[in-house]
Amino acid sequence: MKIRLTVNGEAQDADVAPRTLLVHFLREELGLTGTHIGCETSLCGACTVHLDGKAVKSCTLFAVQADGCAVRTIEGMGEADALHPVQKGFWEEHGLQCGYCTPGMIMATSALLAENASPSEAQIRHALEGNICRCTGYQQIVNAVQHAARAMREGK
Amino acid sequence: MIPAEFDYAAPRSLDEAVRLLSGTEGAKVLGGGMSLIPALKHRLSAAPLLVDIGRIAGLDQISVTGGRIRIGGRATHAAVMSHPGLARVHAFAEAGEVLADPQVRNRGTFGGSLVHADPAADWTALFLALGGEATLVSAKGSRCVGSDQFFQSLMTSAVQEGEILSEVSFPLPGPKTGTAYSKLRQPASGFAIVGVAVCVRAERTGVIDEARIGVTGVNSVPFRARSLEDKLRGKAVSGPALRAFCAEIAEASPLSDMHASAEYRRHLLGVYAARTIERAIGRAQA
Amino acid sequence: MALKPVMVGERIKRREDPRLIRGMATYTDDVKLHGMLHAAFVRSDHAAGRIVKIDATRAKERPSVVAVFTFDDLRGKVGAAPCTAVLPGMNHSPHPLLADGEVRYAGQPVAVVIAREKYAARDAALDVEVEIDARDAVVDPEAALRPGAPLVYEQFGTNLAVHLAMPHPETERLFAEAHGTVALRLVNQRVAPVPMEGRAVVAHWEDGPQKLTVWTSTQTPHGCKQQIAICLGLPELRIRVIAPEVGGGFGQKIPNYGEECLLPWISRQLRRPVKWAETRTENLAASAHGRGHVSHVEAAYDRDGKIRAVRGKTLAELGAFASMLGPAIPTFTHLLAAGPYTIQAVSWEIDVVYTHTMATDAYRGAGRPEAAYNIERLMDAVAAKLSLDRVEIRKRNLIAAGSFPYSSPTGAVYDSGNYQACLEKALAKFDYAGAVAARDRARAEGKLAGIGVATFTEICGLGPSTGTAPPARAGTWESAELRVEPTGAVTVMTGASPHGQGQETAFAQMVGDAFGIDIDSINVVHGDTDMVTHGVGTFGSRGLVVGGTAVHMAAQKILAKAKRIAAHLLDTTEERVNVESGVFSVVGGARKLSFADVASAAHTWGVAIPGEEPGLEAVARFEPTGTTFPFGAHFCTVSIDRDTGELTLERFVSVDDVGNIINPLLADGQRLGGIIQGLGQAMCEEVRYDESGQLMTATFMDYAMPRAAMFPRIEMDTTCTPSPLNPLGAKGIGELGTIGSTPCIVSAVLDALAPLGVTHVDMPLKSERLWRLIQDAQKNGGAR
Repeated sequence: MKIRLTVNGEAQDADVAPRTLLVHFLREELGLTGTHIGCETSLCGACTVHLDGKAVKSCTLFAVQADGCAVRTIEGMGEADALHPVQKGFWEEHGLQCGYCTPGMIMATSALLAENASPSEAQIRHALEGNICRCTGYQQIVNAVQHAARAMREGK
Repeated sequence: MIPAEFDYAAPRSLDEAVRLLSGTEGAKVLGGGMSLIPALKHRLSAAPLLVDIGRIAGLDQISVTGGRIRIGGRATHAAVMSHPGLARVHAFAEAGEVLADPQVRNRGTFGGSLVHADPAADWTALFLALGGEATLVSAKGSRCVGSDQFFQSLMTSAVQEGEILSEVSFPLPGPKTGTAYSKLRQPASGFAIVGVAVCVRAERTGVIDEARIGVTGVNSVPFRARSLEDKLRGKAVSGPALRAFCAEIAEASPLSDMHASAEYRRHLLGVYAARTIERAIGRAQA
Repeated sequence: MALKPVMVGERIKRREDPRLIRGMATYTDDVKLHGMLHAAFVRSDHAAGRIVKIDATRAKERPSVVAVFTFDDLRGKVGAAPCTAVLPGMNHSPHPLLADGEVRYAGQPVAVVIAREKYAARDAALDVEVEIDARDAVVDPEAALRPGAPLVYEQFGTNLAVHLAMPHPETERLFAEAHGTVALRLVNQRVAPVPMEGRAVVAHWEDGPQKLTVWTSTQTPHGCKQQIAICLGLPELRIRVIAPEVGGGFGQKIPNYGEECLLPWISRQLRRPVKWAETRTENLAASAHGRGHVSHVEAAYDRDGKIRAVRGKTLAELGAFASMLGPAIPTFTHLLAAGPYTIQAVSWEIDVVYTHTMATDAYRGAGRPEAAYNIERLMDAVAAKLSLDRVEIRKRNLIAAGSFPYSSPTGAVYDSGNYQACLEKALAKFDYAGAVAARDRARAEGKLAGIGVATFTEICGLGPSTGTAPPARAGTWESAELRVEPTGAVTVMTGASPHGQGQETAFAQMVGDAFGIDIDSINVVHGDTDMVTHGVGTFGSRGLVVGGTAVHMAAQKILAKAKRIAAHLLDTTEERVNVESGVFSVVGGARKLSFADVASAAHTWGVAIPGEEPGLEAVARFEPTGTTFPFGAHFCTVSIDRDTGELTLERFVSVDDVGNIINPLLADGQRLGGIIQGLGQAMCEEVRYDESGQLMTATFMDYAMPRAAMFPRIEMDTTCTPSPLNPLGAKGIGELGTIGSTPCIVSAVLDALAPLGVTHVDMPLKSERLWRLIQDAQKNGGAR
């Protein structure tokens, strides 16, 4: 099936089998391998991307469903010399170790902060319900989210 | 984990959608896909054709007018729980907050959750407690099914092959009416081990004029705890007395699995029912 | 010539992170090669049985399918999945890469389909018809040893893989003389390590250069190279193993697996690159599990609460085959059985048992969390018997600060410690007295509130290598190679291949300080066997202790040569050269040389120095003379909903001693991650099989992972008792959190339920389990 969508601001035309999962389309067809796969049951969040501005799990979405939509992946969040504040927060606060869950965490976090600029610690932990991290024990991720929230409120 | 091959159609209208559905035996409706896609990936489900209702204009509308709440068949969990018109009906936000996670709530739909009839899905209890009604559209026309007739057996709702749930509607709870939802999460999946939705009308302090209680997670089919509703009518109960009322719910025929035994589910139902009723009464009189 | 540390000890943010936070890192599944094929495994649906037929006809008819392999294709051509820990006298049968007529666990690979596209490979795998004559399975290790139990290996006539006896001559006497004894049956349930990246392999045989390159998500790239060489009968020189970005390991990626050997063989057969990335379902079913002990433990104690002797018998589940290190893991449970306490005698027996389940192997802590759990539960049980405070009994038993190095009755030698100082700091941070008062107030209101206590030590940075023998081809040392470029920039190559620990940062901090150079002129390279001199890997909390020490040693070698060069350039003697923060000067003189000046001179060699070679580089290997023993004291508070059994962890305080810390930011991360993993085991995690051997926890729908909202903010502090066994004074940190946190929360739950008369609970602390204890206690008239 022919689809047309924008990914990280760039128009993409593609011909995909209907069963192609969005995550596979991004990784295999577009080479955007920053979006990871950590489970098959929509429970780990490693594959989180933004679809028309909303955080979604790209392993539970067909590429054809994204036809006409705007997809944003971790690669579209910031440049090396112009990191997104959430990326900076994760870096500053050691919010990652092996880094595998990190793109999903960052995408989930930026979606959270778009809705709630000053989340409490409990709200942050609740908002990350759909993202599993095995390395950090979450605490430094919470710190990272708070760091990012502060920076974004201060317009940094 | 990859689904088997299928054909895909994304109709722009409900008419076209039902025509496509009726044209291919075994065709399935793709709503949010939060249950269907994992099932397809694990090859627990397959379909020659998926009819994606995500592009049908207006199907995601939510409105509260004329004393009625209307939720389009494609409205997401996130849209429902955060709709300003539903803020007063606390059970919506309460159930939404504990349903899966933000990403799933952004994609999954209220209607899809009902159609799928998972015995541990959260909205099913609320649908029962608020006395909702589902509009089902097919090539032959449309029909309405009330919540009490909607859930038929394990993972089976009243929705027939070829039908699309186009809308769910509820009477807007009136004054002196309170709603609440609470659940114990299954620690892995986040589904309900027990989930209780309550809608209580209490005109006078402490006295329950009418209660509707929907239960999920307990039986193989979500159900209304009518025996409890009957017992509560006209009563002014709270605390241990309420707990005692809730201890035996005749309709409970609990499932047993590795996450909770039947005995535990039966017990939890009593505890959660009492706690949720108490909260709803508090709201009715707030 | 000790330099003033500039970076060591600082909270420096990680140099690994820029690529990771931008999604620009390369994990194995991100590798894409021209002409690459995709593998999909056909796995057994049955836990036990004989393969009657494998029919791949339909699969082969699919246009995208290139080949389907079964054991018949491998017979006589390849070896087996490696085990380097076959214990003396052990019943051992090599585990074939694909099932050789018998299946022994659900999820065992039976066939593999190779196709041009990933999706087609999966379709075709589902088309392979496997007929298995199923037999009764045995999944419970206690049942497995009963007469008449289904046998995992007929030829052994028993499911006992090996019986290990470690008696101590004094134990029986001390038990006979004791004031009292306690006995507990403790289950340390089987759990899954669950790195977020599953295992993945890309194998690429190039027929021109006759070279095999294997990208694999492993903690041990050099070991993997050796095992592939053995399995395929290829010279090691023909093999390059690359562990690119590795998405977590937790021990699960120490073993080298059958798939890591099979894909290279297939690539060589087909002369095409082949990729396989496991699904989460495969990871839960067919990547090594951890723990899985049932232990009967006893303590003999004096009137004053001093524990004199401990004895135990552990049933350790090996699973259906011996994984790489699997049989050796439970031996650590004996070695650490005395914990941080002055116990005079420890006797232990271990039955290592085959069952029709996935193999067990190292999982974060590997044998030591089990040991700590055993001794901490015993300590609490003795305290209860004597109505002693649980902190008081620990104080009476802790090894005194002046007793190190301390020889444990198990043969372990504890390097250093000050357990009292650590405990006191934790007591203060936790406000133990305040917490007790708060708990008692809550109890008076009818609430179930409890305080958890655990003091613990563990064994890290294993060594020396004595006794290591083939098929292992490396001991317990680690390698480092430092190459100084002509500009003074430094490439550090470490054999301690990391998977999230942050060696690229910590090692750069050390080297930067050693040479007085900026962190940005240091590059840390790892995980490529063609680039990095033979090394071992990152596991057993050895990355810094052993790998970091090797880096330090190599840096010292370089400084020594640099000093000789500087002496020549400064027209003085080596003894008169002063080095400070990378600046070389003559004592009392004005001339100065930077590290870059010396590096440049070492390469231009314009002033040839007699007796020296040009260049500036060094290789070092650190062979530990002994193991390090980090330790800690953990406290927590919990509440339990009396009506539902739901458990809430309210506070958790961890004061740990890991010796000197290179980067406190990373150290915090290691401890926090470990604590939550330990709490995950205690609170929710459990691998379960049904009686027929079907895995019931095959996805995240049923395997409960710890999530952010389950935990309060962990409150942390440290004490510092450097290890005398390495020049860094480091003790190891990776596994620490998992040692104490598990018994600590169980201790709290038992404390909360103590007023009801409850004295025992098994993990995980699921709400139904706690509710039943409450119900039973109340039925039996326990106090409210």
